[in-house]
Parts: sequence; C-alpha cells; structure tokens
Amino acid sequence: MAGLAAVRFRVNGVERTVEAPPVKRLLDVLREDLQLTGTKEGCGEGECGSCAVLMNGELVNSCLVPVLQAEGAVVCTIEGVSVDGRLAPVQQCFLEEGGAQCGICTPGMILATHHLLEKYPQPTLLQIQEGLAGNLCRCTGYMRIFEAVRQASERGRD
Amino acid sequence: MRSNPAHYEMVAPATLDDVLALLAHAPGVHTPMAGGTELMVALGAGRLATRRLVSINHLRELRFISTDDGLVTIGSGTTFSDVRRSAVIAAEFGLLAEAASWTGSVANQNRGTLGGNIVNASPAADSPPALLAYDAEVRLVSVRGMRTLPYREFHLGYKKTALEPDELVHSIVLPRVYAGWVGYIRKVGTRNAQAISKVALAGLARMEGGRVRDVRIAAASLREIPVRCLATEAAVIGREITAETIQAARVAMMREARPIDDIRSSAKYRAAVAGNLVEEFLRRLL
Repeated sequence: MAGLAAVRFRVNGVERTVEAPPVKRLLDVLREDLQLTGTKEGCGEGECGSCAVLMNGELVNSCLVPVLQAEGAVVCTIEGVSVDGRLAPVQQCFLEEGGAQCGICTPGMILATHHLLEKYPQPTLLQIQEGLAGNLCRCTGYMRIFEAVRQASERGRD
Repeated sequence: MRSNPAHYEMVAPATLDDVLALLAHAPGVHTPMAGGTELMVALGAGRLATRRLVSINHLRELRFISTDDGLVTIGSGTTFSDVRRSAVIAAEFGLLAEAASWTGSVANQNRGTLGGNIVNASPAADSPPALLAYDAEVRLVSVRGMRTLPYREFHLGYKKTALEPDELVHSIVLPRVYAGWVGYIRKVGTRNAQAISKVALAGLARMEGGRVRDVRIAAASLREIPVRCLATEAAVIGREITAETIQAARVAMMREARPIDDIRSSAKYRAAVAGNLVEEFLRRLL
C-alpha cells in the first residue's frame, strides 16, 4: 500500500485540502471526497468529456488528471457555474433550447461551452463543432446543443 | 479490471534537476507522467506495469516555445494547445500545427504534450509524421548532460525509443529553413474528428525548374514505428511530376509500407490509401 498525499487546491472558489492516493482521479476526488457529484463519469478514458472541468481556466477531462497534478490548481466544476443559485446564461440556453436530455453529458458540455466562448465569444458553427467534439451526447443529436451555444454567445456570458 | 489507485505512488519533485536526480538514482523505477492522457487510461484499465510514477507536468523548464534566427525549440512539456496557439509554428511549421489540431479533443490537447506523444511512441501518433518531415532533432536530458539526436533515429522499434531510463525528452528542435517549400498533411481515420489514424502522411518538398529538388515523406501507421518513406522519396527526387513519376512513387510506397491488419483497419486498405495520399501530395506540387 502506498501512502496518501495531501493536496491543496481551490474548487469553485473554496480552498480545499484532501488526503488521497496521489494518482486518484480528480473525478473521484470531486465526487467522493468533496461530494461534488455534478461531474459525471462516462467512458473513464478521455473520449467522452462527461467528466470535463475547468482547471486553471483550461478544459480538462478529470478522469485523466491524477489529483496530485491538481496541487495548487483552481478548479471549476458544474456546481461553480451558477451564480447565487441562478443559472448562468449558458445553462439557461441549454434549458430553453432543449440542449439537455438524459443529462449525463450536460455538465461537461456546459463547461466545454464556457471554455469555447472564452476563446471565441462569437463562434462559427465549425468552431462550436470543434470545441465540443470531445463531448459525446447520445440523446440530442447535437443540433439543439449547437443552437444553445449560439444563443448563449448572443446573450454574452455572465 | 479497474486498478486501485492506492497501489500506486506518485511524486512531483519541484524542479527539473530534482526529477533528473530521482531518475538517475534508480533508473527505470519511476515512469514520468506529463499530461496523463495516455498513462492515466492505462493505469485506470490496470494495464500500467509500473507502480511508481513521477509527475513532470508542473515543470516550467519543459514548457516553452523559443525562437532564434535559425531554430524553433519546443519544450517537451508543451501542450498541443500551446502548439496551436504559437504564431511561429502556424507560420513556419504548418504541418505540425495541423497535426496538433487533430490530436484528440480540446480537453486532451490542453493536457497532452508533444514530448509525451513521441515518448509514448505509438506508430499511429499524430505529431511524428510532421516532425519527421521537418527533420526535427530531439534533445534528451539527464544528470549526465544533454544530448541531441535526429528525431528519425529516436524510434527504434514498436514502442521502443532511444530514451535511456534516466533521461527525459527536453525539447524538440525545428530548423527554420522551409520558406518556399510546399507542405501536405492528411490523416485518414474512421471519422474526421477524434479518431486514431488508419494512415497519416506528411509531405514536404521544394521545386526547382519544374523538378523536385528536395522531398520528405513521412507516415504513421504504415510500419511498427513512425517512418520517413525513403524509397518513395528516392522515386521522385530530381524528377518532374508526371504520371510516370506518380506511378513510380506509388509502387515504391507499396514496397516500403508494411501495414498490419488490426482493430482500426486492414493492411490492404492502409497500403491502398498510402498510395493515394502520396499521389495527392505529388499533385499538390504541380
């Protein structure tokens, strides 16, 4: 049995310290140690984007991040997207446009959209498709998701 | 079987020197992990042989793109997103920028590194054909010092590289000599996006007086390692691009390609596509 590592990082604006095996997946630390179960596991191998979170402002698949590599990082999960209990514009647009059905891909999809709109505030359809290509949805057929992203870009963020 | 993370150790020494000292102290014991896009998948699936890892993801010394008059040097810890953001790579090494753009999703490009891509040494990896076409060099670092190797000598066999157990890839060096060359790169996979290549080909050539003055052709997924296609290059060097030259190049490619049947494609299909890609590249030179 190897030892535990004490890892300090900031999650949704709150300073947290966890004691965990250093290669424990950030995904599992968020869900099990911090009870932030909004982040979902899909494939567990970086293909589907369900577990996507923002780490130091970059979109990452939390199933491929050993928690030790999150030391000192600033992490934003789906729980940190809404403001004072009110949905962020991106979330509101997904809701209104029917961009969410079963909901498993939605947290990752929302964070990927945030990351995309950070880079391209007025993305083209191609930029939307590329930006979300790592986020698989088996329900919507994507068209309503693309429309939600387009609406969100028109409303501007936050 | 899923692995138990409690069975693995990982350390993250503060500096590059500290990591190199650890690797020198017990060579081969610790496996370096950069962005984890490969090793975390293997670890999760219980396919990782090693139980001891050393994180190199935080080493600022390895994450840089520097330029001088003659060279662009890319630190091994540079992510694919960093490569895509670089103005000098976009302007002078377009094949590498394009390969970076199709290396997995945005989330994986934000974590995966150029050094990790070549050390992982998949024959299907996305960056090697471009690096081979540009005749890159790799700088390998250890407590013993730095050594430089032509990248075409880096891959020794299936998943085997010239990296010694106490070494890390420090950087990848590209010569800034390709103004006026014509580049070509194409990956053929099951889909346009998020697919591992069945075949990928990079071509780079300089024409003079209607003839091929210099040419580099490199491929992924045609051999057990990423390779320069020297026989195919020899079939076109010094020639005009005619139907005959194209045919000779296709024949040479068929001879030197050694594709395999696997889960992603068949050897026959790969060889046929490789010939088509060579022709498409050569027609670009007309």
